[in-house]
Amino acid sequence: MTGPVISLSGVVHRYGTVAALDGIDLDVPAGVLAGLIGPDGVGKSTLLGLVAGVTRIQTGTVHVLDGDMERAAHRRAVCARIAYMPQGLGRNLYPTLSVKENLHFFARLFGQGSAEREARIAELSAATGLSPFLDRPAGKLSGGMKQKLGICAALIHDPDLLLLDEPTTGVDPLSRRQFWDLVERIRARRPGMSVLVATAYMDEAERFDWLAALNAGRVIASGAPADLRTRTGAATLEQAFVRLLPEGAGDAPLEVPPRMVTDGPPAIAAQGLTRRFGAFTAVDHVSFRIGKGEIFGFLGSNGCGKSTTMKMLTGLLPATDGTAELFGQPVDAGDMETRRRVGYMSQAFSLYAELTVRQNLDLHARLFRLDPAGIPGRIEEMLSRFDLSDVADARPESLPLGMRQRLQLAVALIHGPEILILDEPTSGVDPIARDGFWRTLIALSREEGVTIFLSTHFMNEAERCDRISLMHEGRVLAVGAPADLRAQHGCVPLEDVFIHVLEQAAGPAGVAAEAPPLHEVAAAPPRRFDLRRLWAYAWREMLEIRRDSARLAFALLGPALLMVTFGYGISFDVEDLAFAVYDQDQSAQSRQLIETFQGSRYFKEQRPITSPADLDRRMQEGDLQVAIEIPPDFGKNLLRGRAPEVAVWLDGAMPFRAETMRGYVTGLAQAYAADAARREAGREPAATLSITPRYRYNQAFLSANAIVPSVIMLMLALIPAITTALAVVKEKETGSIANFQSTPVTRVEFLLGKQLPYAAIATVSYVMLVLIALYVFDVPLKGSLAALTVGSIAYVLATTAFGLFVSSFVASQVAAIFATAIITIIPAVNFSGLMVPVSSLTGSGRMIGLAFPSAWYQPVTTGVFAKGLGFADVWPEICVLLLFCAGFLTAAVFSLKKRSA
Amino acid sequence: MTAAATRTGGLPARLARVFRLGVKELYSLRADPVLMALILYTFTFAVYSVSTGAKMEVENAAVAIVDEDRSMLSARIADAFMRPYFKPADAIGAGAVDRAMDKGAYVFVVEIPPKFEHDMIAGRSPEILLDIDATAMSQAGNGASYIQNIIQKEVVAAFPSLAGTERVSVVVRAKFNPNLKSTWFTAVMQVINNVTMLSVILSGAALIREREHGTIEHLLVMPVTPIEIMLAKIWSNGLVIVVAATLSLLIVVKGLLGVPVAGSLLLFVAAATIYQFSVTALGILIATFSSSMAQFGLIAMPLLIIMNLLSGSTTPMESMPRWLELVMQTISPAPHFVALSQAILYRGAGLGVIWPQLAILTAIGAAFFALAALRFRKALLAAG
Repeated sequence: MTGPVISLSGVVHRYGTVAALDGIDLDVPAGVLAGLIGPDGVGKSTLLGLVAGVTRIQTGTVHVLDGDMERAAHRRAVCARIAYMPQGLGRNLYPTLSVKENLHFFARLFGQGSAEREARIAELSAATGLSPFLDRPAGKLSGGMKQKLGICAALIHDPDLLLLDEPTTGVDPLSRRQFWDLVERIRARRPGMSVLVATAYMDEAERFDWLAALNAGRVIASGAPADLRTRTGAATLEQAFVRLLPEGAGDAPLEVPPRMVTDGPPAIAAQGLTRRFGAFTAVDHVSFRIGKGEIFGFLGSNGCGKSTTMKMLTGLLPATDGTAELFGQPVDAGDMETRRRVGYMSQAFSLYAELTVRQNLDLHARLFRLDPAGIPGRIEEMLSRFDLSDVADARPESLPLGMRQRLQLAVALIHGPEILILDEPTSGVDPIARDGFWRTLIALSREEGVTIFLSTHFMNEAERCDRISLMHEGRVLAVGAPADLRAQHGCVPLEDVFIHVLEQAAGPAGVAAEAPPLHEVAAAPPRRFDLRRLWAYAWREMLEIRRDSARLAFALLGPALLMVTFGYGISFDVEDLAFAVYDQDQSAQSRQLIETFQGSRYFKEQRPITSPADLDRRMQEGDLQVAIEIPPDFGKNLLRGRAPEVAVWLDGAMPFRAETMRGYVTGLAQAYAADAARREAGREPAATLSITPRYRYNQAFLSANAIVPSVIMLMLALIPAITTALAVVKEKETGSIANFQSTPVTRVEFLLGKQLPYAAIATVSYVMLVLIALYVFDVPLKGSLAALTVGSIAYVLATTAFGLFVSSFVASQVAAIFATAIITIIPAVNFSGLMVPVSSLTGSGRMIGLAFPSAWYQPVTTGVFAKGLGFADVWPEICVLLLFCAGFLTAAVFSLKKRSA
Repeated sequence: MTAAATRTGGLPARLARVFRLGVKELYSLRADPVLMALILYTFTFAVYSVSTGAKMEVENAAVAIVDEDRSMLSARIADAFMRPYFKPADAIGAGAVDRAMDKGAYVFVVEIPPKFEHDMIAGRSPEILLDIDATAMSQAGNGASYIQNIIQKEVVAAFPSLAGTERVSVVVRAKFNPNLKSTWFTAVMQVINNVTMLSVILSGAALIREREHGTIEHLLVMPVTPIEIMLAKIWSNGLVIVVAATLSLLIVVKGLLGVPVAGSLLLFVAAATIYQFSVTALGILIATFSSSMAQFGLIAMPLLIIMNLLSGSTTPMESMPRWLELVMQTISPAPHFVALSQAILYRGAGLGVIWPQLAILTAIGAAFFALAALRFRKALLAAG
């Protein structure tokens, strides 16, 4: 190839008002290993996203593989020729899936058949040395192995262009070196392939054929590494980069004055410190002693146990074994005194984003109980020392990373600690800000005698420490002054020392066998719709749910548990009413009246009422729901035909119950009157009207018979919709949505693939719910089970499609849960016949109800359960439910974006 | 630094820290527009719309008449169904009854037989059939007795001789809510359900937010104990909700909906404060069991639905099976709070009446708090 593989011109990309890319014109040569270098936040990832076609182009043109990425047809044609590995170690991998399952998933996304998949996975895993770990879950791999898996996944379809976004960040030096060797081997086998890598490690960039240096959204230089060095007259690329920056012109080299060694007990001492999490040993018998005023560096990859060791020293985590001492005292989590002498800065930014810079300092000063009078002065002192006075009233989130790190350090120092424990304080900070940060640390150590214990993965920072400790997989492999370590191992760069000790520790294994060359398959342009890609997502989703107990329990047990709750909780049955009588007459007639109530199954008699005050008090306490007051001379007046008045008091606190009680009382009073008339006259009363009520569908008039079928309606809406909504958003949150964006899978395949497993689970729930209805609540099923089942499947297809629709516009799992719950519950509870019959609804309530599947499914459940209906009666509803499913899916397809903003 | 300042024990110092941390908590809440909107929404619009919308009263019930008599009397009965209880009755044919009821088109069908008026005059005691869709639980029972009364009344008006002499006059009056308006009930219960829901969500979310932002680690390395952190979250989130609930009760329930509040508002606020303590502690406890906000949501949502539905705030506790009632009263503070709120707000009960519930509330709250404190440190760091 002769022309550039990637060509950008006039590219501007903004997030809100911030320009991530600010006018980029760049031609990346084809067939070479090309790099983008620059610290965090200069726009490298945005640029790669545009090239990969996962980010929408705002301004300018992006040509990749001889076509305009603005054209959807071109994107569809080339996405099978591009491989994109997004930033964040293993972020596009699925942690609960094994290595093999991950690779199968990626291969399926490119529509590969079973034999082809097996062959390629065998080949790639042999080439990367992953073969022995094929069954290990991706989440349990070390950083280096995750990276290898990432590259296997990227290479599974023989791409012509490989885009790697910071592939080596946070990985130990040995793995990093192996990674670059692997990339070299792959390039040797596929010479035509172009590779574009973004990295923040300047030292790695030396091996690139071509590179572009980015700063603040602009290209500040491009060309071969050697050219850049000669152009700036710098010895290293890092120096060259600093010199290319506008503010980096006259920087003085950083000097570390020698340390005055003082006697006395060590500030920090660890002896055999061990921490296990279950079967996993995070820190394995670590021992060291750090003297007062020393700068002690901890080096190692992500997950090697650095942070865990630091947490044990601060008392955040108890040690499983071994001892840690600060100032000669054992670390004790409850010891407030020691905490006041230690300052800690955790790995991620951990101050309150909702408080201003000044409020953060103030809060910490007060929590450390500094003398209140001295606090304002101390805050001013810290603000000026760390050059934060101008931003004192700004919120930290609006500050650049370097400034936030200074604020964190200021907070850690506010109480004048003697020991500072800093967990990767400079990761992601640009070289100039890093140097400034180090000047402060050196001053603290040398001038104030503060002991500094920090972790880093920058080798040049390690050089500045008094002593360093190399850590790997929970163990300390070597400790000493940087110069001594270099001398011991006979290596000049510190990085080689580290690699050397790692190799000694690991033994000779770990070198990948030379695999046979990859066989070339003519890449057919991807089909518009491919069942295999759909199945890739469905299969992956199923595996993931099976391994996520929280979600599985929610999806399967949630409906059953809630069904039991609702079945018992929503009851319109009014029985066992506590009543008592205030009988001021005590005649045969009054006793007859009381007997009428005693004989009713709805009422339970309590001890008699003795006075009006007793009546009031007992009703107030809620002991009585009904009180009957029979006046004096009731019997006498009755016999004389004077129609004596009996007062009945109801507890109106719960209106529905009171209304029903009123009905009961009226009925009983009528019965009593008729009885009395019969007794008196000894004959039946004259012709009367008789009204015969027939309680249809539910002769016993039991709540359960009516409520339980409606609850099935509610459950099959709420839970499937929420779980499905989570499924898509989870990929957005973890970053694996990039797999959807950068591969040929279409929106329809993606959505249907996501929906199928949840619809299947919901169908299982449906079976459980029906069994609970039949056997726990004894609700008879009068109609056609087949009609109910078909209707229910149509319904869960509609509700899961609704979940997909919600998840296509929400951004977080929390929003997905609450939005889905609120949107579902209102129509399903209020407007679908659960509480109020649909026939009574008018106006907007009826419209809202009919615009949601629940109101259409309710006639199916209640109809089949209670009314004995079959297909002939409910087929129109089933058709409407299927239409809902199609409608929601269409809406989801249109609102799901294949490219992000 | 003086010796006194370096000591971290001492009650005043502890209280000062709890206060300080709580103030920080209020800042955090203010900076979270979603939670603020949720509080505002649930205590205003949600209370209003649910209590005016979801009525359990018989309202707009759909009625049909099968009039095979076509007399003056039957026409009179057909015209007697009126709003707001009933929609005007539709006339349908006898053959259409089953199908219409199967479709759920009507809750009640009144079937007037041929020669009804004639038989009535002849003193032959004719029979009117009332078909009730007993799957419409909220309307079927009470609606049926209304309809029977309406028909009786119309028939008596047409044939005064049927009225017979009244032998006993039974006067039924409802205490505490004389017109049995369901709004009175729903509005107050809605406020209570919201107190439960928001307390759990707010305090749990506050803790998980600290963990997700990594700030909890920061707190734990400072001279602050887990108990102090928990107490700070409880008082601050509790304060916001008690204030919001009280305002909602005064402005929305009393003002807008015109529901009279019988008892002492002060006593209710005091009881709500104790209830707060137990539910915010529950929120923290749930948060210690969940590793992310999403998981917290999945655990909290079903629990909240169960707590609210089985608390006596929707249907009476005594309609549940006895075992379930006992279980709920043991593990959940909600039934006790609902019972005492009903006593205070509807029946005007005083401290003398509600103290046993207050005592149980305090005990359950203390148990939740103790459990949360036990799990707090361990759970936070293991998951972080």
